[in-house]
Amino acid sequence: MDHLPTLVAEARDAVQAAESMAALDELRVRYLGKKGEITALLKGLGKLPPEERPAAGERINEAKQALSQEIDARRQALEKADLEARLAAERLDVTLPGRGQPSGGLHPVTRTLERIEGLFTRVGFDVAVGPEIEDDYHNFEALNIPAHHPARGMADTFYFDATRLLRTHTSPVQVRTMKDQEPPIRIVCPGRVYRSDSDLTHTPMFHQVEGLLVDEDVRFSDLKGTVEDFLHAFFERDDLSVRFRPSYFPFTEPSAEVDIECVMCSGDGCRVCSHTGWLEVMGCGMVHPEVFRHAGIDSERYKGFAFGMGAERLAMLRYGVNDLRLFFDNDLRFLKQFA
Amino acid sequence: MKFSEQWLREWVSPALATQALADQVTMAGLEVDAIEPVAAEFTDVVVAEVVAREQHPDADKLNVCQVEDGSGERVQVVCGAPNVDVGQKVPFARVGAVLPGDFKIKKAKLRGVESRGMICASSELGLEEDASPGILVLPADAPVGEGVRDYLGLDDHTIEVDLTPNRGDCLSVKGMAREVGVLNRLPVEGPAIAPVAASHDETFPVRVEDADCCPRYLGRVIKGVDATAETPLWMVERLRRSGIRAIDPVVDVTNYVMLELGQPLHAFDRANLNEAVVVRRAREGERLVLLDGQEITLSASTLVIADERGPLAIAGVMGGEHSGVGAETRDIFLESAHFSPLAVAGQARSYGLHTDASHRFERGVDPALAREAAERATALLLEIVGGEPGPLVEVADAERLPGDREVLLRRERLDQALDKVLDGEEVGEILERLGLAVESVEAGWQARMPSWRFDLAIEEDLIEEVARIHGYNRLPVRRPQARLGLEPDVEARTPLARLRHQMVARGYFEAVTYSFVAPELQSTLLPEAVSPTLANPISSDLSVMRASLFPGLVRALQHNLNRQQTRVRLFETGLVFRGELDGLHQVPMLGALVCGARDPEGWNGGKDKVDFFDLKGDLETLLAMGGEPEAWRFEPAEHPALHPGQCARVLYRGEEAGWIGTLHPAVRAELGLKVDAVLFEVRLEALTQGQVPAFAPLSRYPEVRRDLAFLVDAERPVQALLDTVHAQAGEWLVDVRLFDVYQGKGVAEGRKSVALGLTWQHPSRTLNDEEINHLVDAIVEESRLHLGAELRA
Repeated sequence: MDHLPTLVAEARDAVQAAESMAALDELRVRYLGKKGEITALLKGLGKLPPEERPAAGERINEAKQALSQEIDARRQALEKADLEARLAAERLDVTLPGRGQPSGGLHPVTRTLERIEGLFTRVGFDVAVGPEIEDDYHNFEALNIPAHHPARGMADTFYFDATRLLRTHTSPVQVRTMKDQEPPIRIVCPGRVYRSDSDLTHTPMFHQVEGLLVDEDVRFSDLKGTVEDFLHAFFERDDLSVRFRPSYFPFTEPSAEVDIECVMCSGDGCRVCSHTGWLEVMGCGMVHPEVFRHAGIDSERYKGFAFGMGAERLAMLRYGVNDLRLFFDNDLRFLKQFA
Repeated sequence: MKFSEQWLREWVSPALATQALADQVTMAGLEVDAIEPVAAEFTDVVVAEVVAREQHPDADKLNVCQVEDGSGERVQVVCGAPNVDVGQKVPFARVGAVLPGDFKIKKAKLRGVESRGMICASSELGLEEDASPGILVLPADAPVGEGVRDYLGLDDHTIEVDLTPNRGDCLSVKGMAREVGVLNRLPVEGPAIAPVAASHDETFPVRVEDADCCPRYLGRVIKGVDATAETPLWMVERLRRSGIRAIDPVVDVTNYVMLELGQPLHAFDRANLNEAVVVRRAREGERLVLLDGQEITLSASTLVIADERGPLAIAGVMGGEHSGVGAETRDIFLESAHFSPLAVAGQARSYGLHTDASHRFERGVDPALAREAAERATALLLEIVGGEPGPLVEVADAERLPGDREVLLRRERLDQALDKVLDGEEVGEILERLGLAVESVEAGWQARMPSWRFDLAIEEDLIEEVARIHGYNRLPVRRPQARLGLEPDVEARTPLARLRHQMVARGYFEAVTYSFVAPELQSTLLPEAVSPTLANPISSDLSVMRASLFPGLVRALQHNLNRQQTRVRLFETGLVFRGELDGLHQVPMLGALVCGARDPEGWNGGKDKVDFFDLKGDLETLLAMGGEPEAWRFEPAEHPALHPGQCARVLYRGEEAGWIGTLHPAVRAELGLKVDAVLFEVRLEALTQGQVPAFAPLSRYPEVRRDLAFLVDAERPVQALLDTVHAQAGEWLVDVRLFDVYQGKGVAEGRKSVALGLTWQHPSRTLNDEEINHLVDAIVEESRLHLGAELRA
């Protein structure tokens, strides 16, 4: 009983010196366990005279509690040190690149087409597609371009035989849609088209998007509004100047070429716009009655407008690509720029 | 079409600068492509007269000339031109003059003889591209001392207009002037053209056998011309400024009148015409040597000008060599005819020709113009080559000439189309200015088309004309109205865009390759493929339609490998073309190719090469998008482009939908590729199909898993084992994991170990061991019986 203070002091020193959880546990067992030294003192209380027992018991319990707290504190300290050591050991260089397959990217033409399709489908146009090997009827005849019409010279055509050819525009899709569907018709037709032309600014294959709207009471003003809205949305410039220039397509009347203020020089004149300040970006017009006649649509009741544009041209202007042929080389160094 | 601005301004001259004029016609639909000065900049070049010429004492090829340049003094100049001669009027650059190319004229000594100035060739004044050997000789009446720029009117521009095919009426100075007059509300006036009185009565018989094609033919004999006369400089200059080279005076006059009025003309050598001129269809196989020297075999659809011996010219396209006018020609027969567009359309092209005449006739030449043009040409010919004109003979069939076309333009229709109510007077005035005879009627305007406007035939044509002249950009803008009706949407279909985006998410870049490929490449990859061949390919390596996406992807791989891009992951979507033209299938496909390292080179690997299973795994993510992966199967098969041991036919609902495999080593070697590539292509139509998800309740009862390792023949596809498992494992099997495939130590030679983890779960109760044991026994037994599989100890 008399050696309690010594015992406690000794135990405290031991606890403070303990360097591991295991050592600490050993100390707990040694002093506070069932057979521990302090527990033994409690067990020895019975040997004391009854009047001394309460006071002695109190002292021993106090010592026991104090030691127990001491051990807990030491455990927390050790745990904390352990955690810190582990955290330090597990430190990563978080600036190293991540693991796994990096993502690829869409072709800039697809990116452009998806964007254009998105703008039009959002306001209720459908996307329509069709065959690329077409016949003379759908590519020309039904579009008011009879055989030997000088307009056939406007697009150099790839032929397979006398009547079958690679479509020179996506207009045949419009023809097919008008034959299959009752107005109102609102479609955009994206796709590959072919012309036998190959130089710095022409590739024998390229992409077009054409649009067609047929309904009652469609006016030239509707065409102008749609085309202007589209160009403003596509280039994300509400103040982009747009002008309509009379032109000729056999399948529309009135027909127009659409110019925008050069997006490279803001109309000041540069190499891209041949110093005119304007860029020709699309053709459009009101559907020609002859086209309606071929499609079996009553042109007295229905009117329509159509427009068409080259996807590569728009992509070049939008992304600043300076060489058309890059679109078909499929060079990864090019494709990666549009991911 | 090119023309000189000065020439146009003789007809009509609005108070607009050149650029403003060009902008105006551009905005009226006649797009100006280019404006070029007709001569380069130069100063201080005057008309001078050569008054003396002597041989240079020390140089054979040089002349020492004295010229009068209006300064009052004679100037000595050394000139190397062989054609310089006394009495000539010449362009003379004085000392101090600056010629094109910033070439300053200074006093000089040539082989010891002083020279003060230079007599100029036309190329030295920037009038012609190629250097002509001699100096430019000016007309004898050129006033000495006058600036050459003024004298030749060189402060002029060549304006090039890119005319749309409907505006054949503008293929002349007259036509352009008419349009400029309309736009500026100005009168248009050309040179006075009066009938030329005949000075003899000799004619040449004309017989038109096909009046549909040639409803009007005028001819005139002009006797005693001097075909060696020189075309006057003013005409040479106008032709030059219009992009036409002077040839000989008769041809120059016909070209000049064609440019001026729009009527192509032809002059025959009268001496080479026999009996009569006949306008008829060619007889199949008839031959004709054209003016350009090439001999062609005519087809029966071609309209020709013939005489009793045979064809002389292709009507409206090109004359023949034999009947053409040459220096010895004494008498000419001048033709001014109207050929219908349909008679000429396609003819030039069918012989590989395109001429100024065919270009005009195909688009339509004013049928009322032939007489005027014949008179104009006669007058000019008399002026230049002299001769005696005979009477102008006309063979015409009024019935077959384009008749008067009348169109009713309805007020209501116009207002609706333009979405603007134009003043009635303005509309009438626009139409009248355009040359229409207009009558106001109750519904609107009844208008008769002018003879030169072949393109105006229906109401919409007039609406366009009114809109065009009023100005498209002055018309209102609105947005189309539509009912907001929802459209059906098939949820089970996977949109193509989602498939593309999935490929992108798996690390692929989208390629766009040409739909036509090199036949050699296609036959290396697909020796059996049949696909259409272009009749007129742009080059032989882009001549056959692709029957597969493989050729294009392989080409794109080569392109990248050649540029140090060694890790290539590409995909493409698009049509492939299968079969002959008759019975052709245009099949939308999605294809992909991988090559190089599995992962990008990095701190954490990137050394492994991709293999078959990498690509298959990517493909499987596409197949899973339809929500019915079990509808897809891969079966070992052979494909000519693919490694026979690493190739599978891809089946969708039991039908072939595509192929996947490693490029065949032999094919690879043939293509000169040094690395492996794995490819697939699958029909889009199958990829986009699928089903709408159907919910199954989640079971609250425990799963039971059993792992089974089978030993089977190494050659045996695992699919067979999986099929047996699925067939025998009962309806509560919820999952099968294939967690190990092993060959080697502990497994007999020629066998492999396949370890499967099977999981069962019942929706509404706990499964007991006994029933699972039963199922496992059935699987084991069936595998043993049919696959020779044994359970591994």
